[in-house]
Amino acid sequence: MSYLNAANMTGGYGKADILHGCTLTVEKGEIAVIVGPNGAGKSTAMKAVFGMLPLREGSVTLDGQDITALSPQDRVKMGMGFVPQVNNVFPTMSVEENLEMGAFIRNDDYRATMAQVFDLFPILKDKRRQNAGELSGGQRQQVAVGRALMTQPKLLMLDEPTAGVSPIVMDELFDRIIEVARSGISILMVEQNARQALEIADKGYVLAQGENRYTDTGEALLANPEVRRTFLGG
Amino acid sequence: MDVINALVALTNYVLIPATAYGAQLALGALGVTLVYSILRFSNFAHGDTMAFGTGIVILFTWLFQSWGISLGPLPTALLALPFGIIVTAALLLGTDRVVYKFYRKVRAAPVILVMVSVGVMFVMNALTRFLIGVDQITFDDGERFVISARQWRDMTGLSEPLTLRSTQVITIVTALLVMVALFWFLNRTRTGKSMRAFSDNEDLALLSGINPDRVVTVTWIITGALATIAGTLYGLDKSFKAFTYFQLLLPIFAAAIVGGIGSPVGAILGGFVISFSEVGLTYAWKKVATYLIPHWEPDGLVQLLSTDYKFAVSFTILILVLIFKPTGLLKGKIV
Repeated sequence: MSYLNAANMTGGYGKADILHGCTLTVEKGEIAVIVGPNGAGKSTAMKAVFGMLPLREGSVTLDGQDITALSPQDRVKMGMGFVPQVNNVFPTMSVEENLEMGAFIRNDDYRATMAQVFDLFPILKDKRRQNAGELSGGQRQQVAVGRALMTQPKLLMLDEPTAGVSPIVMDELFDRIIEVARSGISILMVEQNARQALEIADKGYVLAQGENRYTDTGEALLANPEVRRTFLGG
Repeated sequence: MDVINALVALTNYVLIPATAYGAQLALGALGVTLVYSILRFSNFAHGDTMAFGTGIVILFTWLFQSWGISLGPLPTALLALPFGIIVTAALLLGTDRVVYKFYRKVRAAPVILVMVSVGVMFVMNALTRFLIGVDQITFDDGERFVISARQWRDMTGLSEPLTLRSTQVITIVTALLVMVALFWFLNRTRTGKSMRAFSDNEDLALLSGINPDRVVTVTWIITGALATIAGTLYGLDKSFKAFTYFQLLLPIFAAAIVGGIGSPVGAILGGFVISFSEVGLTYAWKKVATYLIPHWEPDGLVQLLSTDYKFAVSFTILILVLIFKPTGLLKGKIV
């Protein structure tokens, strides 16, 4: 069984379902990327995995344990980390305080984890006394990812981590995400920059209208002429 | 000599009273700003919370006086203060449980919560009057002056008098201690930081595992403490009257908004802006002018506004800030 197994998820915010039997699985240390057109339910699928969307059908298991009924907070305690697309930092708090808040549920000494985050994002160490709201978009994303890493999650979920950052910063962020995955953390990520994201993905999901359209390795999806034509713009 | 006399008059009639008054307003505005940034509404009941807290402090003061307990040169009210804080915090927590909690659960708009707080204001208003009545109460005991007019004259030989009342010194020292403690709490402790995080980004705070109930509870306790301290200091310095405290709501809100609502430093800054404007504009400058400008005897008092109009000062500043710089001097946040 996969490390994360979100099977047959069906549900939505109101009466109409947004997800129709969507299935996502991620193995240990693997990068899984969800791509698809606008309104395909990419972010919704991610929220469903994190427990922010009530499911009518389907189940979510993490490391073999059924977590379908758990609140997002409890899922964080189970080893999930979530980085929302927007409003993902505490703007009037310093970088260091942002990371401290990330470690709020931990009662042990988190200084080693903070040092690891600073190793991963050296710029944050330089700016640790500065308020997160005063940083550039790319730096802020690094704070957001760093905050989520403070609980030492086993699965890190990123909702469009490169939204609104320059191509250079995007490459940089992807490099960091690969580095995180190499340390054994599974990554589930929604991305608008589909081509670049699939290049680093072990597994890619193409969603359309709340359903799995294509599921394959990132490489294979990039090579698939059908996927290229319909979803990657040729 | 005239310049020195002018400075002495200015210190005596403007600087010292405005600093003490400003410290009282700042403490009140800190409470308003804390509720605004963490619980996300303008708490109109804050003035009456101050009145209630002060009322309790007065009752405890009388109790201690009847037992013959006093603090010597310091007012007995300082001894009663912790008890006033406990009772006021308990009242606020009870109100939250009975009233505000429901509106938080249904995620009511901030403007609805403001209206709810107006209702709470009327209830607290009545409660305070039931407890302690509507009359003016002076509860300051202990030493009256740090420097009396006579001591000043003996010390300096200046003809212009200067007095420093002990309540003014107590106000400034207490306010300073409270502010340092509050900033230390918000910036250095885990709970304080979690409150700032909750204020900054509620959703992310919840995701990080910060317990919202705990944040709300601690916020009310601190608000109760700030309101009781601010009210007691004001009452010691001037006197206690329930209606006066209700009226204080205007300068307190003006202070919070001028400074930038949601910003604690802004609340303190705003308190002093309001107090100095109010005292400066309603002070009769005749004496200072006579000292400074030779051969000029002004006909009037050289007073820009009668003290009866002092609330117009806060109100005008409030309007001007809302029109021209709604985020305040230090950038606050607008819910």
